[in-house]
Amino acid sequence: MRRTRSLVPLVGVLPFFAYLVLFLLIPTVVVIVGAFQEGGGFSLSNIRALGDATTLEALRNSVVLSGSTAVIGGLLGALLAAVIASAPERSLLRRAVLALSGSLAQTGGVTLAFAWLATIGLGGTLTTMIQNALSLDITGNGWLYAMPGLILVYCYFQIPLMVLVFLPAVDGLRPQWREAAQTLGASRLQYLTQVAVPLLRPAFLGSLLLLFANAFAAYATAAALVSQGSPILPLMIRAALTSEVVLGQQHLAYAIALEMIVVVALIMVAYALLLRRSSRWMR
Amino acid sequence: MRAWLRWVILAMFALYFFGPLASMLDFSTRTASGGRSAAAWRALVTNGQVLAAIGQSLLLCVTTVVLMLLLLLPTMIWVRLRLPRLNRLVEFLCLLPLTIPALVIVVGINGVYAWVNYFFGYSPVVLTFAYVVLVLPYAYRSLDASLSALDVTTLAEAARSLGAGWFTVIVRVVVPNLGAGILSAGFISVALVLGEYTFSSLLNYQTLPVVIALFGKSDSHISVAASLGTILFATLLLLLLSFAGRRSLGRKGA
Repeated sequence: MRRTRSLVPLVGVLPFFAYLVLFLLIPTVVVIVGAFQEGGGFSLSNIRALGDATTLEALRNSVVLSGSTAVIGGLLGALLAAVIASAPERSLLRRAVLALSGSLAQTGGVTLAFAWLATIGLGGTLTTMIQNALSLDITGNGWLYAMPGLILVYCYFQIPLMVLVFLPAVDGLRPQWREAAQTLGASRLQYLTQVAVPLLRPAFLGSLLLLFANAFAAYATAAALVSQGSPILPLMIRAALTSEVVLGQQHLAYAIALEMIVVVALIMVAYALLLRRSSRWMR
Repeated sequence: MRAWLRWVILAMFALYFFGPLASMLDFSTRTASGGRSAAAWRALVTNGQVLAAIGQSLLLCVTTVVLMLLLLLPTMIWVRLRLPRLNRLVEFLCLLPLTIPALVIVVGINGVYAWVNYFFGYSPVVLTFAYVVLVLPYAYRSLDASLSALDVTTLAEAARSLGAGWFTVIVRVVVPNLGAGILSAGFISVALVLGEYTFSSLLNYQTLPVVIALFGKSDSHISVAASLGTILFATLLLLLLSFAGRRSLGRKGA
């Protein structure tokens, strides 16, 4: 009797769980299972294909792209967050920076790709200005459409994302701690290096991991910017999915997608562990 | 930090962030002969394909927000009231899309979408189903913050003791108190859906970002104008949100 009664409330959450099974779990399971299949049976051929030179090169590029933009975006974003944190919570400056950051970090890649195409692409504003002033062509050999360009454009959403995720940690530094340090005779630099930085380190490292995962999973910017070749993993998946020449590339897409899940999941687990540590003093 | 140094740093960031935006305005209004023209911006409201895509994306924003709220709000309130043991599981599931890249979901979703198309046809509105999963982590955080600031149990007990049924408790007692959280979940969802490209492009639906990318090959002035429009619209939405959401933030900090 008691048992049946305790099961009744579960009916209320059924739609939610059913929805997630359909649109999140089934697709994920399809990818994981599909990665180990070929021609209707079990096969490791697609997993083995992850070791091909081109796929390894794409993985390397993806890691370099995510790592470099996480570090650049993390450092610059943390600097901006530190500057913004000293502005009052209701100031227009703070609101404007946060709104623009949210827009750039979340309204996704295609628009950002065109922002930089309009700036330093062919006929872009900065391109034209430099061409006229110094007769120098900065679009040289199409670097904007390859790895260097991807790094530049990714930073345009990584820095804002860092501001969004790191600002709460900077806000969490209580003024009393600075006062306590000053009362004990600490200089501005000593407070910074011996109090603020050690306190913020877990949150900073956690944010870097989040930025890495964000860049690693990003697709739209690269897809809009790079139309030839597949220098990074997400674009290899695009090539495998849209390839009309070679049929049966679907399962290679599954294998690469599985590789992406594994990398991002590892990063997010590390992130969760770090977050737990930093949230101890952030209440 | 010294005041002048702060302003120098801010000025450099302003240059970095507004430079490309200003370039977009310049690029989208420049003609080949060096003159000025608003043709690209006019095309946003006269070009049939662009107009249809804008309408499509705005419609998707509305349907995604509605379905997200219908799915998430009753579940989250119900779990708090009746199934607190499931709280961690629901949170884990809601944050899961952060760990599973959208691209991966697209790769595996063909089978599910075959059924979706069978039941709902091929209208781009079916993208809503995937978009709800996409916005889930962000919507969850907004609603969770708002719910945590509220004593849901006491509210529910008070209403129940006055004879309210569970439907009344959720719809007429708890939900009206979550205004700020609902607003913020909705606005963030709109910002995400407006720019969503992964699902729509790989499932072959013509939303605004897909059409922007398409025009990049033929008339990039239109692409740049539409991109700038999207960024400004989303920024304005989030700026408005920061004014509307202030009350709830103040309460949380107290």
